[in-house]
Amino acid sequence: MEATDVKKAAADEQTRKTIRTALVYTLLGIWAVLVLFPFYWMVLTSIKGYGAYNAEYVPQFFTLNPTLENYTLAFTAVPLAKYFFNTIIFTLITTALMMVVVIFSAFAFARLDFKGKDILFSLFLSLMMIPNELVIITNFVTITNLGLRNTFTGLILPSVTSVFYIYLLKENFEQIPENLYKAAKVDGTSDMRYLFKVMLPISRPTIVTIAILKVIECWNLYVWPRLITDDRNYFLVSNGIQEIRENGFGRENVPAMMAAVVVISVPLVVLFLCFRHKIMEGVARGGTKG
Amino acid sequence: MKIVLEHLTKRFPNRNKKIKEEVVAVNDFNFEIPDGKLIGLLGPSGCGKSTALNLICGLETPTEGRIYFGNTDVTDLPPERRGVGLVFQNYALYPHLTVRENIRFPLENLRGKDKLTKEQMEEKVREAAELVQIKELLDRRPGEMSGGQQQRVAIARALVKRPQVLLLDEPLSNLDARLRLQTREELRRIQVETGITTVFVTHDQEEAMSISDMIVVMKEGVLQQMGEPQSIYDDPDNLFVASFLGTPKINVFNGRVEKSGIYIGDSKVLDAYGVKDRKVYVAIRPEGFVVDPEGALCCSLINREVMGRDTSLVATHPDFTGERIRAIIPSEQVVEKGTSSVRFSLKPAKVCIFDAESGRRIRL
Amino acid sequence: MKKNLTALLCLLPAIFFLGVFMVYPLIDVFVYSFEEGYNFASRSYFGTGLYNYSYVLHDPFFIQALKNTFILVIITVPLSTGIALLISLELSSVRVLRDFFQTVYFLPYVTNTLAVGLVFMILFKKTAYSDGLVSILIQLFGGPGIDFIDGPYWAKMFVMCFYTIWIVMPFKILILTSALASVNPMYYKAAQVDATPRWRIFFKITLPMISPMVFYLVITGFIGAFKAYSDEVALFGTDLNAAGMNTIVGYVYDMLYGNSGGYPSYASAAALILFAIVFTITTINLMVSRKTVIYQ
Repeated sequence: MEATDVKKAAADEQTRKTIRTALVYTLLGIWAVLVLFPFYWMVLTSIKGYGAYNAEYVPQFFTLNPTLENYTLAFTAVPLAKYFFNTIIFTLITTALMMVVVIFSAFAFARLDFKGKDILFSLFLSLMMIPNELVIITNFVTITNLGLRNTFTGLILPSVTSVFYIYLLKENFEQIPENLYKAAKVDGTSDMRYLFKVMLPISRPTIVTIAILKVIECWNLYVWPRLITDDRNYFLVSNGIQEIRENGFGRENVPAMMAAVVVISVPLVVLFLCFRHKIMEGVARGGTKG
Repeated sequence: MKIVLEHLTKRFPNRNKKIKEEVVAVNDFNFEIPDGKLIGLLGPSGCGKSTALNLICGLETPTEGRIYFGNTDVTDLPPERRGVGLVFQNYALYPHLTVRENIRFPLENLRGKDKLTKEQMEEKVREAAELVQIKELLDRRPGEMSGGQQQRVAIARALVKRPQVLLLDEPLSNLDARLRLQTREELRRIQVETGITTVFVTHDQEEAMSISDMIVVMKEGVLQQMGEPQSIYDDPDNLFVASFLGTPKINVFNGRVEKSGIYIGDSKVLDAYGVKDRKVYVAIRPEGFVVDPEGALCCSLINREVMGRDTSLVATHPDFTGERIRAIIPSEQVVEKGTSSVRFSLKPAKVCIFDAESGRRIRL
Repeated sequence: MKKNLTALLCLLPAIFFLGVFMVYPLIDVFVYSFEEGYNFASRSYFGTGLYNYSYVLHDPFFIQALKNTFILVIITVPLSTGIALLISLELSSVRVLRDFFQTVYFLPYVTNTLAVGLVFMILFKKTAYSDGLVSILIQLFGGPGIDFIDGPYWAKMFVMCFYTIWIVMPFKILILTSALASVNPMYYKAAQVDATPRWRIFFKITLPMISPMVFYLVITGFIGAFKAYSDEVALFGTDLNAAGMNTIVGYVYDMLYGNSGGYPSYASAAALILFAIVFTITTINLMVSRKTVIYQ
């Protein structure tokens, strides 16, 4: 091959590469815009005035007169603060209780020897295949019959166990070398002290991940609270937003609605931005949505 | 604190659940470890030495037999009540705790009247760290230290409670050759300084020989021989012990005893008065060979390796059980290059004969 | 003995909650589904049999829900998996801004579907004041003005599929990018040295290597799409039957509690039919995968 040919081939390759890169970034950019646009739109709409918004036949992509009145309205005209507060309480208690249940179960499966362990664990695993839709009917009846409708107890109880998280944490616990346990035994460490002083600190990344995933799940829960609450005092944000949409502000007030949407979206977005690597890694390891 | 094992036996169910037969890891152990000594539990991997250690430690409960520390029967006591310290092959340091916290960990378990104040703990941690010479590393985490340093921390953690018995499971095998040498001397120093009865498990005979006061040789769960390193080396009870100890390995020939003489092939190599005629194994230590033109044992020479202080001769013989005979002779005894065969006479003290059927030693 | 006790205490909460809220309901839902004419208030019924199933299968609302769900599944599962694969491939090929894109693409995962669904509704809905942004954009290019929320069936179906894909994308992109990242670069280098064309690298190396993950996504995608419900509520409101956009799960909940609610027997029968469908599809998937997926 002549030297000029080589040069030409190299230049061609270079051009092809540039075009490909440009194409790739364009496609990536388009999807990024598709993802971000709804977020942009909700923030934008939420700071447009009610009159201004309704006057736009063609919605404007920016506003020159931003206002916070919609946010005030969202907190005063509808009990958004109440929904928000309910969701925080619900999320915290559910996550905390679930962590206790999950940690102790995972510990028992990973570290303790007892009769029937393998059979019990297989039973637990088989429960992973049961869809929520199948059991929610009876749970609805159970909670109703117990008179727990419109209570936090009724909201929380069915969500405090997760076979999947037990499984995830058990796997993690089992990666801790057996010798650490033996060393601790020789030193006279009780099983519980070993759990709290050794296993939990070592597994902290997984535990944090599980907790965050559970928080996300709780924050977005819709079906169960919808079934179990019809008293607004116990609405979570998902039900709240639906309520606002249907009976809202007395009139179709889109900007105020968007303000409410922004308010309930912010906590999770902030949580995500703070822990994004942890969350993404946790989800990649086998989390699923819903 | 002396340790006494009486008819100690440990059987495990077979891993393969279809096989009913149990695995006997430790088979009827009877021996006594004197107070304040360093004992090496020696054997090839899978011989049950770690199980024996775990039994002494209390991590496993024996199927049969008793264990005494001094005059106390500790068989049914959990590890923490026995007053033992244990060091693992891979150190088993808690990765999330600093060295200080690791060493302090056992102290924090003490409850009731044994409970220590913060200052007492700190004092004990400092003492232990000083003993193993890692004072300047107290605030590091295990991940930031070399294997040798981690091993010292592990020893400090095992010693901080002043155990009556210190147990070490393959303490040196995760270290590189240079560190291993250094650490084993260190181990010996610490043991002598503290005077704690120490048992360590190893598959490395050189390691066991070099620092132990006594060696216990095991094979397939059965105790083969125990005694001082030199006496076991010189006076092995059976063929397994003879070939397991010593590098290069002892040279084993097929031979026979006939008319009060030991024969390899047709050559009578040594006298054996009072021994019945039979087939035997003749085992000769590498240093038991003497180059002697008049010698009875004639071998074909393959190679000679000069090692400075002495010379190693590699040879073969039709009745040799292995592949290569290794004889070590002083450098002064010159064997010319190109020699194809060499005659040896043998040092009687360096030759043992074993019954060909049972492998038992036949003492002369 | 003491060990058994400790273990029991540790497991007690999990066993209790799983027993009450998983195992018992599982048995109960079968019982309900065969009890004819179960009355919520008196907790009585007047017979056992297959009537509930027959009722559900003849209910036009259920047929509509079944149809909607199947259309949704057939459109969104292949489309979302394909687009996710394309985006992940591109994402893995770039270095600059990669972290940024990854973060952005994951955002929908952490948002409340009800809340963001509302934004989609605003974008697509025709109101007294405005035709909605999307409709206006279409008109800009000479198309007709369409109300995607209260308009023709196909328009509503389009929004529903679009939103569903938007929602499931983050999970798929994430799984596929980590699958792609775990392919040993050694294979690519070897292929490059052999001057293998890009498409061939993709079909002969990349795809087989990540096939278990693609397959996992297809299965979870099917299961997830069959259980679609809250996305639809977000777009069309709680009365999905009226909007003609109900799904099977929506039908179950409506039967249980809602405008037409109070019939746990019908709800149970519908839920079991759904479960049977999902189970069958998953089994078929597994059978297909045994022939096509390469596990290392």
